Amino acid sequence: MEVTVTINGSAVSADVEARTLLVHYIRDTAGLTGTNVGCDTSSCGACTVHLNGEAVKSCTVLAAQADGQEVTTIEGLAPSEDEMHPMQTAFMECHALQCGYCTPGMVMASVSLLDEIPNPTEAQVREGLEGNLCRCTGYHNIVKAVLTASGATEGVPA
Amino acid sequence: MIPVSFDYTRADSADAALAALAEHGDEAKLLAGGHSLLPMMKLRLAYPSVLVDIGRLDDLSYVRDSGDHLAIGALTKHRAIEIDPLVAEHAPLLATATANVGDPQVRHRGTIGGSIAHADAAADHPSALLALGGSVVVRSATGERVIDAGDLFTGFLESALEPTEMITEIRIPKHTGAGWSFQKFNRRAQDWSIVGVSAQRVNGHAQVALVNMHPTPVRATAVEEALAGGASAADAAALAAEGMEPSSDLNASVEYRQHLARVLVGRALTEAGIA
Repeated sequence: MEVTVTINGSAVSADVEARTLLVHYIRDTAGLTGTNVGCDTSSCGACTVHLNGEAVKSCTVLAAQADGQEVTTIEGLAPSEDEMHPMQTAFMECHALQCGYCTPGMVMASVSLLDEIPNPTEAQVREGLEGNLCRCTGYHNIVKAVLTASGATEGVPA
Repeated sequence: MIPVSFDYTRADSADAALAALAEHGDEAKLLAGGHSLLPMMKLRLAYPSVLVDIGRLDDLSYVRDSGDHLAIGALTKHRAIEIDPLVAEHAPLLATATANVGDPQVRHRGTIGGSIAHADAAADHPSALLALGGSVVVRSATGERVIDAGDLFTGFLESALEPTEMITEIRIPKHTGAGWSFQKFNRRAQDWSIVGVSAQRVNGHAQVALVNMHPTPVRATAVEEALAGGASAADAAALAAEGMEPSSDLNASVEYRQHLARVLVGRALTEAGIA
């Protein structure tokens, strides 16, 4: 079936099987491999992208369901080649990654979290990221990065 | 993992979806948010040959004040219910149960109608629907009927819905200002409950439903009858596992689930203000 998804502002069209998952459409059809496949069972969140502005797990969405919709991936987050998104900057400054595999999904989920709760508490950040697993268990600095990106000056873990 | 091949059709109205169901019968499944169905299809636990996508029927996404009850469109997403002011005021148990579904990404896609139609004894919504004394409005190409929550869950992942029917609305009686509790015991943040409890105070008594204690979502009838007969909350909670047939799995044995049910019902009754 013909599916057209606007990914990072550019329309991508392809004739794909109805069973094609959005994550495979993003990686294999659009060639954007920043979105990772981790568990493939909607547990780990490595495949998190924004669908019409909200974080979703793209391993559990059909490309057909995203037909005609807007998707943003990690590649589309930065405003330009020279400038990172504030969340990316915060992840870098707080060293919020170890192996980096969960990072694209973590960043996309974190941006969506701050869209909904602009000034979260540490507990709200931890709960808000419950759908994203870091197998390096580097959660401490990830939480710190999200709080830093929110502009929090108090309550940021050392 | 990629599901088995299927034909995909997107419905642009409830009527179109019902016509597709009437045509394909039990070969077809409705796809709402897809967060119960797609994982099952990926694991080959379900393999419908036709998917009827109803995810864009925005006219079935709403929360309305209908006098003595709230009317919630079947395609209302979990996130919308979680933050809805009417739900917070008149059915806080439902708001809290909803906030416990999966994780934020899941709640952005999953729908209340889909969750209830899936009829999973381990899910959060069915227990809340039972404890709140809700009902669902069900349509087919030939008519409409209302099914009480107590008549809805008929077996393991089975409901009273016919293959040609879809849930269009969920009705929740208002429980404004009454005590309630939602208890969820699990090992990891986003998991299903090992055991869970929904409790709603109604006229001094309690409606209590259990998560993951039986093949179906279920009311804790022994607890409710004991309370109605004048038993203390502690004595009633001790009956929480009566009549239940919980499963044993890698998270918990039968005995552990029975113990959890008694403890969690006790906590729920206390939190709901039942003495």
